[in-house]
Amino acid sequence: MTDLTRLTAAELAEKIRTKETSAVEVTQSHLDRINQVDSAVHAFLHIDTEGALGAARAVDDGIASGQPPASPLAGVPLALKDVLTTKGVPTTCGSKMLEGWVPPYDATVTARLRAAGVVILGKTNMDEFAMGSSTENSAYGPSRNPWDTDRIPGGSGGGSSTALAAFEAPLAIGTDTGGSIRQPGAVTGTVGVKPTYGGVSRYGLVAFSSSLDQAGPCARTVLDAALLHEVIGGHDPLDSTSIDAPVPPVVAAAREGASGDLTGVKIGVVTEFSGDGYQPGVLRSFEAAVETLRGMGAAIVEVSCPNFTYALPAYYLINPSECSSNLARFDAMRYGLRVDDDGTRSAEEVMAATREAGFGAEVKRRIMLGTYALSAGYYDAFYGQAQKVRTLITRDFDAAFGKVDVLVSPTTPTTAFKIGERVDDPMAMYLADLCTIPANLSGTPALSVPSGLSDEDGLPVGLQVMAPALQDQRMYRVAAAFEASQDGLVIDRVGELEVA
Amino acid sequence: MAYDEVLSRFDPVLGLEVHVELNTNTKMFCGCRNEFGGEPNTQVCPTCLGLPGSLPVLNAVAVESAMRIGLALNCEIAEWCRFARKNYFYPDMPKNFQTSQYDEPIAFDGYLDLELDDGEIVRVGIERAHMEEDTGKSLHVGGATGRIHGAEHSLLDYNRAGVPLIEIVTKTIEGTGARAPEVARAYVTALRDLLRALGVSDVRMDQGSLRCDANVSLKPLGRKEFGTRTETKNVNSLRSVERAVRYEMTRQGAVLAGGGEIVQETRHFQEADGSTSAGRRKETSEDYRYFPEPDLVPIAPSREWVEKLRGTLPEMPWERRKRIQADWSLSDAEFRDLVNAGAVELVASTVDAGASSAEARSWWVSYLTQQANNREVELAELPITPAQVARVISLVAEGKLTNKLARSVVDGVLAGEGEPDEVVDKRGLAVVSDDGALTAAVDEALAANPDIAEKIRGGKVAAAGKIVGDVMKATKGQADAKRVRELVIERCTV
Ligand SMILES: [Zn+2]
Repeated sequence: MTDLTRLTAAELAEKIRTKETSAVEVTQSHLDRINQVDSAVHAFLHIDTEGALGAARAVDDGIASGQPPASPLAGVPLALKDVLTTKGVPTTCGSKMLEGWVPPYDATVTARLRAAGVVILGKTNMDEFAMGSSTENSAYGPSRNPWDTDRIPGGSGGGSSTALAAFEAPLAIGTDTGGSIRQPGAVTGTVGVKPTYGGVSRYGLVAFSSSLDQAGPCARTVLDAALLHEVIGGHDPLDSTSIDAPVPPVVAAAREGASGDLTGVKIGVVTEFSGDGYQPGVLRSFEAAVETLRGMGAAIVEVSCPNFTYALPAYYLINPSECSSNLARFDAMRYGLRVDDDGTRSAEEVMAATREAGFGAEVKRRIMLGTYALSAGYYDAFYGQAQKVRTLITRDFDAAFGKVDVLVSPTTPTTAFKIGERVDDPMAMYLADLCTIPANLSGTPALSVPSGLSDEDGLPVGLQVMAPALQDQRMYRVAAAFEASQDGLVIDRVGELEVA
Repeated sequence: MAYDEVLSRFDPVLGLEVHVELNTNTKMFCGCRNEFGGEPNTQVCPTCLGLPGSLPVLNAVAVESAMRIGLALNCEIAEWCRFARKNYFYPDMPKNFQTSQYDEPIAFDGYLDLELDDGEIVRVGIERAHMEEDTGKSLHVGGATGRIHGAEHSLLDYNRAGVPLIEIVTKTIEGTGARAPEVARAYVTALRDLLRALGVSDVRMDQGSLRCDANVSLKPLGRKEFGTRTETKNVNSLRSVERAVRYEMTRQGAVLAGGGEIVQETRHFQEADGSTSAGRRKETSEDYRYFPEPDLVPIAPSREWVEKLRGTLPEMPWERRKRIQADWSLSDAEFRDLVNAGAVELVASTVDAGASSAEARSWWVSYLTQQANNREVELAELPITPAQVARVISLVAEGKLTNKLARSVVDGVLAGEGEPDEVVDKRGLAVVSDDGALTAAVDEALAANPDIAEKIRGGKVAAAGKIVGDVMKATKGQADAKRVRELVIERCTV
């Protein structure tokens, strides 16, 4: 019989619905796969075997009793990034600070997954509090790229992309503050989507940079991502920044795109995203992808977004500023780690000692940067100026989308780099998010779909498709068309893992 | 330094910051109950505990209350404003930042007119009124002062965390001279009355739902530059506001006259002796690293909404006073006495409960004021309600109580013996109005004084006084003297 772990979410849901297999069987086969290979890739921080099987049984019981499925993904397993709260299941954010913390409540995304009958296998590894592009900042050790376990699987959501690429789960949830869904997707040959800001609730998403954080779907196919997008998306009264509008019709767009016809679609190529610092193989893959899109009937034009050049510096002021405030609550008073509380120290001393011991180097770096940028006398020059750049970038997008339907670029300047290669060079690490950050600053949607393998190293390359706010369906259509034009999925070309 | 001497050399400059807890059903940013006095940490949720991942949702009723307060204080209402984060670490702040408003307050640039004891009107400028959330409460155990320093351990209660607060900040108050302490007290009193009339807060200074911080500085007469100021906290009664300002003026005057310098600091008011003691130094201004709250969307109240709210403003306390004075036909002086006794609202409520204004006024300004003085409390703090006073007045009017008995009933209510009717029962204070029992007593008195009875029968009605007196004595004063008199005459003319 077919290996259930190689199927797409849409295929699995169909087989479960028609009782060709059961949700329990599907879940068990993924749990078995995790048991076999996770020691080699370390995608998971916590595996919730009992919870997963319980949820799967509930789906099977519903089907047996003739109830209609709770959603088109009922019974399909999923890997949840450990930055979203799960009632009764540990949530660490990849930090020592929250080791052992068991939230008393579900994030809205978690609650929607449960209500849809999606089976949550466990919580995936990530850079501490989502700060990083490689998972090397996880307090629990890095995840490893299934294409080459000496390389990074991207970050911060490297656990989620690894789980997909290692066939441990057909679906995953990520969160994208500067590229943390798209860049891991690109370097592992999987699909990652950052919806329009406010399109998916942030309630229960442990905040890193509130005005940039956005949860989104991760999958191995565009259609699977779209199905997941419709499960988790939509207005949430618990999140004031949540958009009160229907979820864009992304599933319909993905199905339409699969026909491979892009006649009448205008696609803009962002001229700023090429040149120095870009790996030639990545650029060649990108250029080939653009030709493919042209071949499907799309009109291709070059579009300049001059202020994108300032996106990275603006991002590294806004993001640490918000981070310094969001992470202030980790003070040992109410939950999480507490050190040096030996009865002789003041609350202030215990707070300081705990934050010293509980946070890793990158988290401390951002807290210090942000504290500085927000300080009296520096606020206008740093935070204030960065907000102005943000407005300019949004205007660049507005101008571009006045001319074209979507914008495309490489998702990342390079393919997956080696573990350890950039840990001592924060600037080099930050450059991994060069192409993804503008969409976070403007709040517009963007996705990464595999465009093939780089000819010089045989590693996956991602094609980024960006759309205007609330027009998420446009990028799904283009991505689905591109995916359909390829000779099979890129991820199916990944080698089998060697397990020690 | 004597108070007069301070004023002969310096001008006091005041700034008052008042925090008001709103009486909304739920907290500012979550659905937890907003209620004083619950078991510690029972009115909490992920949001007001600041748990990782939680988010705020703004309470629309709190925004309305803030705007109504702003309108009542003659402020402009912002067309667009935001919340900001005020960042600082303290264990009773769940997120280690307070969600507040900074440079974009919901209401700004208004004023409040106050009437001083002698009728002089002072206009106090209002700089701003903004929304924020309250912190939790710390209880420091061990150590002498109840403050964190020297404490053995601290207990934290987050029930208050996230309770909606409005901070109302005055513009600088200058030129009030010797009357500065009185102005401070009158301002907080007027503000309290205004907030009570709006129905937006319990305004209980003793429970912390109205809190005042007083900024005081002195500048040498004739100079333009302000002196260094201090900020006195913990001022939690109207009387304390006046005392704290007066104390700080005297203390600062002595320091300056002795060639010393005022340290910019917070000071704590000591209720016991009316002094202030040094707290946190503030010479380097605290850096709160304010920035716009990204978890909330801007507030842009439409002008229609603002005008609709303006339409809901109740009669303002000063307008109400004018109307009441006319209704009760009181002279300015009479009315001012009532105001100074803090009795206007109490009398009004007593009238609302059915009493005549003359009777109600008489009770509150004489007997009850006397009781309040004896107990050293404000009139309003006496444990008797206007409705109870109205009931006593009606018992007298119905002839069921004499004035003397009525005072005894009031004493009973003040002593916690229950409602007036219960006190009448328990103390056996009802006027004896059963004619059967009274008639027997009258007959007995007449029989004991045959000569007087004869005189009355002969038409000398004035002689009845002695018989009435005897009956009153026999009934221990519980008989209605008027009725006794009627009965005496009746028995002698049959
Ligand atoms: Zn709450």
